[in-house]
Amino acid sequence: MNFELTQERQMLQDTLRRFLADRYGVAVRQEILRSPAGQSTEIWQALADLGILAALFSETDGGFGGGGFDLAVVFEELGRAGVVEPVLDTGVLAGGLIAALGDTAQRAQLEVLMGGGLQLAFAHGEPASRYEPSWVETTAQLTGDQVVLTGRKAVVINAEAADYLIVSARESGAVDAPEGVSLFMVPANSTGLAVQGYPLLAGGRAAEVTLDAVQLPATARLGPAGGAAPAIATALARAAVALGAETLGAMETAARLTRDYLMTRKQFGRPIGSFQALAHRMSDMLIELEQARSAVINAAGHLNDDDRTRDLHISAAKNLLGRAGRLLAEESIQMHGGIAMTQEYELAHIAKRIMMADHRFGDEDYHMERFIALSAQ
Amino acid sequence: MDLSYSDSERAFRAQVVAFLKANLPEALAEKVRLGRALTRQDHDDWHAILNAQGWLASNWPRAFGGAEWNAVQRHIFEEECALHHAPRIVPFGLSMLAPVLQKFGSKAQQDYWLPRILSGEDWWCQGYSEPGAGSDLASLKTMAVRDGDHYVVNGQKTWTTLGQYANMIFCLVRTDKTAKQQEGISFLLIDMNTPGIEVRPIVLLDGTPEVNEVWFTDVRVPVENLVGTENQGWTYAKYLLTHERTNIAGVGFSLAGLRAVKRLAAMERSGGKPLAQNPYFAARLAKVEMDLMAMSTTNLRIISRAAAGQAPGVESSMLKVKGTIIRQEINDLARRAAGAYALPFASEAVDRSNAPTPDPSEAGPVAAQYFNNRKLSIFGGSNEIQRQIIAKTTLGAGQ
Ligand SMILES: Cc1cc2nc3c(=O)[nH]c(=O)nc-3n(C[C@H](O)[C@H](O)[C@H](O)COP(=O)(O)OP(=O)(O)OC[C@H]3O[C@@H](n4cnc5c(N)ncnc54)[C@H](O)[C@@H]3O)c2cc1C
Repeated sequence: MNFELTQERQMLQDTLRRFLADRYGVAVRQEILRSPAGQSTEIWQALADLGILAALFSETDGGFGGGGFDLAVVFEELGRAGVVEPVLDTGVLAGGLIAALGDTAQRAQLEVLMGGGLQLAFAHGEPASRYEPSWVETTAQLTGDQVVLTGRKAVVINAEAADYLIVSARESGAVDAPEGVSLFMVPANSTGLAVQGYPLLAGGRAAEVTLDAVQLPATARLGPAGGAAPAIATALARAAVALGAETLGAMETAARLTRDYLMTRKQFGRPIGSFQALAHRMSDMLIELEQARSAVINAAGHLNDDDRTRDLHISAAKNLLGRAGRLLAEESIQMHGGIAMTQEYELAHIAKRIMMADHRFGDEDYHMERFIALSAQ
Repeated sequence: MDLSYSDSERAFRAQVVAFLKANLPEALAEKVRLGRALTRQDHDDWHAILNAQGWLASNWPRAFGGAEWNAVQRHIFEEECALHHAPRIVPFGLSMLAPVLQKFGSKAQQDYWLPRILSGEDWWCQGYSEPGAGSDLASLKTMAVRDGDHYVVNGQKTWTTLGQYANMIFCLVRTDKTAKQQEGISFLLIDMNTPGIEVRPIVLLDGTPEVNEVWFTDVRVPVENLVGTENQGWTYAKYLLTHERTNIAGVGFSLAGLRAVKRLAAMERSGGKPLAQNPYFAARLAKVEMDLMAMSTTNLRIISRAAAGQAPGVESSMLKVKGTIIRQEINDLARRAAGAYALPFASEAVDRSNAPTPDPSEAGPVAAQYFNNRKLSIFGGSNEIQRQIIAKTTLGAGQ
């Protein structure tokens, strides 16, 4: 048993942490949050130059990482600093799907991505799908060597900035059947593609995407016709590990800020941390933080196991992070008092990142239900 | 024991409902229902409608132009207002300052200020908290020094809710630095248009400019704006806190919130069925509802004792804690119900851009509201301070 990071990953973590501490301070992030694009191309390029995007991909895909702990190390740091750039959406989700399913021409895009020159979005969820990954109402109609996509995708993160949208659409089967779902690489400028963007509460932007008879050559299909479900499941599992690690990083920041505040803020002539009513809750936060860390380690460490084992650990981690994340976010705000209610103060953004993570790839309840079902198998 | 309202109370409720149906503008109620930010005009309009009916100052004695309702009537009114999505009545003038003036103010102050509160001529805000004085309010530092027939005020207040609309602020200021903390504080009424006052907005974490910093530099306040006796301000402030905590449990808000969550859960789909049928979500909803059922009876127990003339004591602290926990829990349910549609930042700013609401089910601002209502357990005496009060009454002063 060894819970130490490899030397390479340790270096990756140190580099990224130093970079973000230097270049992604609270003022910089506030500026990015206020900007119309909701992300910084400069930071994006710098992350690419540091190899952060390449760390998300295996050597066969032209990267130098791609394992569960590579994702965990990178995203814990991104979460710690409250980074809003779409590393998860471009890199892990959409990029991961191209790596898993792409033909030679499609895979050529990965090099551009890792170099910082490509933005992507995964247009999968729909207004009625909630957290069900196989619920796809959008249709793909094949006629000759052309395919026509019709449907609506909900809350597609990074859709406006994306050069391509990776769109899931059904070629056959019932609306909730895993079989029959395909993926398509849809260029952003496709006719019939409407992208209605809006900012997100925790930073970054998303859009409602409407596909009104978007016509593409069948070569735009990513992977086998009707057989994308297993790759989608893998991509979502990897994304859940990344998001879990990001949430863990954000929780660490929440705990750090709270600790500092409890030691410096004085009321009634003493540091408020000296009130036992607060001190014990600080302790509970730290206890749950270690639970969260272990849950993320479990999920990352089982990412390449059989599907059931993998998903059992993902669900355990997502459920636990939903609970522990809420505890840390709410208690941190409460123990700060009014100051934590302000947009200016770092904790506000961090608490939003933590809470909003529960709304991606299945929330606490979704994963409770899935964990129970998987346990019974 | 009889859990039902009396005939006259039921008749009163019917009267309130009829009034709301006839007089609450639909567009305004819709804004409140959807959690949109209200403009100053919205507040003014509702204020005027209630005033015309004579129901604005429901807690004031008739002698001052109030409705002099008892606690049960007020509860019924507040509950129906919340259920009909009426705007919250801005409390600073009506239910915070007015009772202090009625009890401790001079005849001249009562005659001058009270009618202006009713007419809406003055918009009051509350200047208690300071950067260094939150829970420990008595440590406040804003100084008022007597200079002829004026006080000269220097210092800073913060967290001043809706101070951007206010033309008047009631402040706790220090008038004696040498006395014990609580004994050197005075209660001053200050015109916000006096030279030397600067109001700086604070944007809250959900993007709303709800509170402000108010800075005072050599602000001259006429001595006739002192309420009561110099250095007795703490007594008045405490009176305000202990006697005017109406609607502290927020039962009406919780009922309305629960109803909104149920509507959302009926519209949201989970596996092709309404989310309301998902057992995990249904269990969460049921648990909050059961808590609310019990809490509203606790509330009524205390209210009927109050209506019989018994001042509530530690119970108001209990209601504050439980009431805010339940309201926050309901906000948590709403954000859960919204699923991925909790992610968009559906603020006023987004509304104004005329972008179509992303979510067909109107889930829009639920996450923003969830964050905004974290304030409920922080202000009005934080829940920690309330627990401290409860503990003291049962464990003694050593607590
Ligand atoms: C949205 C909003 C609107 C507001 N509006 C107004 C307004 O209009 N006018 C106005 O005057 N004020 C207003 N306030 C201020 C509010 O009253 C204060 O925030 C509140 O008194 C808490 O003070 P603080 O924020 O300085 O926190 P602090 O007092 O610093 O408290 C920080 C934490 O320490 C805890 N704590 C403090 N002392 C103890 C103790 N002895 N034992 C255990 N725990 C303790 C608190 O409960 C809290 O969790 C508003 C606040 C907010 C957030």
